[in-house]
Amino acid sequence: MSASATVAAPPKGSGAVLVLSVLAAFLAIMAAGLSEDPIFRFQAGLACLAGVISAFFLIGGLAGGTLRDAPDRYADGVIKAGVVATMFWAAVGLLVGVVIASQLAWPRIFYFPEAGWLNFGRLRPVHTSGVIFAFGGNALIATSFWVVQRTCKARLAGGIAPWFVFWGYQLFIVLAATGYLAGATQGREYAEPEWYVDIWLTIVWVVYLLVFLGTIWKRREPHIYVANWFYLAFIVTIALLHLVNNAAVPVGLLNHKSYGVFSGVQDALVQWWYGHNAVGFFLTAGFLGMMYYFVPKRVERPVYSYRLSIVHFWALIFIYIWAGPHHLHYTALPQWAQTLGMTFSIMLWMPSWGGMINGLMTLSGAWDKLRTDPVVRMMVVSIAFYGMSTFEGPVMSIRAVNALSHYTDWTIGHVHSGALGWVGFISFGAVYCMVPWLWKKPAIYSNKLIEWHFWLATTGILLYIAAMWVSGIMEGLMWREYTPQGFLAYSFIETVSAKHVENVIRMVGGAMYLAGALIMIVNLWRTARMPGAVEPAVAAAPALATA
Amino acid sequence: MTYETVARIAQQGGLIYFGLIFLAGVAYALWPSKTAEYRRAARLPLEDEGDPR
Repeated sequence: MSASATVAAPPKGSGAVLVLSVLAAFLAIMAAGLSEDPIFRFQAGLACLAGVISAFFLIGGLAGGTLRDAPDRYADGVIKAGVVATMFWAAVGLLVGVVIASQLAWPRIFYFPEAGWLNFGRLRPVHTSGVIFAFGGNALIATSFWVVQRTCKARLAGGIAPWFVFWGYQLFIVLAATGYLAGATQGREYAEPEWYVDIWLTIVWVVYLLVFLGTIWKRREPHIYVANWFYLAFIVTIALLHLVNNAAVPVGLLNHKSYGVFSGVQDALVQWWYGHNAVGFFLTAGFLGMMYYFVPKRVERPVYSYRLSIVHFWALIFIYIWAGPHHLHYTALPQWAQTLGMTFSIMLWMPSWGGMINGLMTLSGAWDKLRTDPVVRMMVVSIAFYGMSTFEGPVMSIRAVNALSHYTDWTIGHVHSGALGWVGFISFGAVYCMVPWLWKKPAIYSNKLIEWHFWLATTGILLYIAAMWVSGIMEGLMWREYTPQGFLAYSFIETVSAKHVENVIRMVGGAMYLAGALIMIVNLWRTARMPGAVEPAVAAAPALATA
Repeated sequence: MTYETVARIAQQGGLIYFGLIFLAGVAYALWPSKTAEYRRAARLPLEDEGDPR
């Protein structure tokens, strides 16, 4: 009886979060009422709504007794929610990507002058933040919660805190995306949210760090597994990057607009120190944590070389942080700094390929699974794309190559081979692994649908990046073409209309990738709705036979 | 403190400092007596069934 009494207790901190939700809702409605800035009033209204919904569900859970702690189990509920959010935002982010690709391919049809919020400039950050932070971020938070618990053999620390991280992060996404549509932006690449959204993300992120560290602190396994090192580097570095890059002074406490504290070339350097490390630590280190857990787990083989994984980790984080200046070739940035960024980018090739080899060779003795298990194939193709884009990146960072590639579609193609190939596929692979474990099912509903997802998405990526190579190199060459008299041979708009066919191919590739993700959602839905948990099904069989 | 002094500490001192901690990380990875621990750690994802106990 005493056991059931402890089970019925709500998670620690539930009451405090309830009080804070009510307080936040009250402050937000005050801010909305006092502000004369319509965008700020709209966003404060959303924040108030979030506080009210949070308070409503917490009161319901506490009063109804449905909000219960289970200290002797892994905290999997928040991971389930994370998987659902990952797939929901994947659909949204990819769909917006297809929409803006259509706007580029057919500007006459998909231009809506009467609806400013549907403009390319407003939708583009919804796409980038949607896929990077909403899809990728939720995948990282969900998998990191799974991995840190399993490899530390400890339940997530912090009582209700993991749920605060999850819902707080969703609120960050909603505030950011609706802000972009309304026209609120700092105009900083991958850091568009305005100052109040940045402050909210800082609070959520610090709690995330504390949950992660607290779980490592109370671990029962003496060794801290390498995946946790990668996840921790991701969390800590993103906190640092976020704070420095978003240093800004708001116009007023009731106004959405702010101005950054840096200016000129310092501003550019801070921006791209942030921008490239968002790639290095958000889109690489975190997803390498995913790779180092889910690849060995899925193929049932140990990590090929654990020593190499440690060298991979330290080399990667020591080198990545310096690569940013390669975004500023031929600018006011001193040339020595440009060369420094380029040199470190080329050095990055070594740890990246070390990691790629380590991931691929983990399959040694299990290569047959490539043929039989489409999830393994997806993860292997993901690692191959990691290797390919970490080779392409250093090449593009070389000043002479950059002279051709910069500002062209080649860069867009490079980003998408990393994002769709590496980040997308390793996340899909991890989610395909986790869903049967979380919902206690023997396997995914349909292997055939995974095959469809794999081939549609892989073909889509290849169409996308091949089209961007062609259009990028073409427009790069057109921009630098001179007439015998020394004038530029092409006007800018001529180089834009020359890309029409490639833009159509890009849109088709993106639509195929989206179709694959939608097939995955259907497949996961059917998996979760499949009858029978794993253990009861086995236990129930003899009982039925005797009856 | 002049700009030259700060630049000297940041550039040369920083190079030595970062170089040494990186070497310490590599030494930790390659230390011979760690072989057994790493062999076990490489299998950690494979042995995480059930509840945290």
